[in-house]
Amino acid sequence: MVDSAVIREVTLTLPMLPDMEIAASKTATALAEFMEMSSDKIDEVRMAVVEACINSFEHSRAEDRKVEIHFAILGNDQPERLRITIKDSGVGFAPGKLETPRIEEKLKAASKRGWGLTIIKGLMDEVDIHSGPRGTTVVMSKLR
Amino acid sequence: MTEMLKVTVDRQSPLAVIYTEGYINNQGGEEIARVAYDLIDSDHKILLLNLRGTKIVNSIGISILIEIIEKMLEIEGQLAFCNLTPTIEKTFHIMGLAQYAKIFPDEEVALGELSA
Repeated sequence: MVDSAVIREVTLTLPMLPDMEIAASKTATALAEFMEMSSDKIDEVRMAVVEACINSFEHSRAEDRKVEIHFAILGNDQPERLRITIKDSGVGFAPGKLETPRIEEKLKAASKRGWGLTIIKGLMDEVDIHSGPRGTTVVMSKLR
Repeated sequence: MTEMLKVTVDRQSPLAVIYTEGYINNQGGEEIARVAYDLIDSDHKILLLNLRGTKIVNSIGISILIEIIEKMLEIEGQLAFCNLTPTIEKTFHIMGLAQYAKIFPDEEVALGELSA
């Protein structure tokens, strides 16, 4: 198997401020449009990026209050895949210990939240999470 | 900065239609909840949320919609959705909302069924 080359790449560093996730989603949209993804796939990427940013903003407790987002269009000759890496320098978490939320339980629970990773995994083709005491990196990809 | 969500209401007792325009984030979700609870207090037990003007939502906004669903279940009312983008509809299915809130393709179909 031949490794895909990086055809285009963009890096954003965003402050953790309200609605900054929209800036990231706009970049994702522009790159997905360049790849000629379908409008439905573009919307799915956009929403996954929003969720990944919000997770970082809400839970990372990163002292620098910044999140770095790297977008890469990968392929051989033609764009094949959009890979998005969202990285923070927060306290990390144990992805394997997170329970998958269930609507019937959330309806009775005081907190209805905790859906971000479930949504990301449902909308993207591949999702990898690396987390530790120096931060969290979410790598997610969508095929064209 | 994104603009605040705009919410308008068409009261058709006992049913009311809530129209949204913009991003449903935490503030947007809270605005929908405020409107929904006002409608519930004025005896509207069936609420149709028409998202024709909303192209993006986030999980915090949706979690507030789950609170409204919980409230509707308590009062034996109903919350339904129409005019969702394919991605918002897919997200609602991923989360299981569709088990507790009907999803209709458009308002005409929704009103036909909810008013029956």
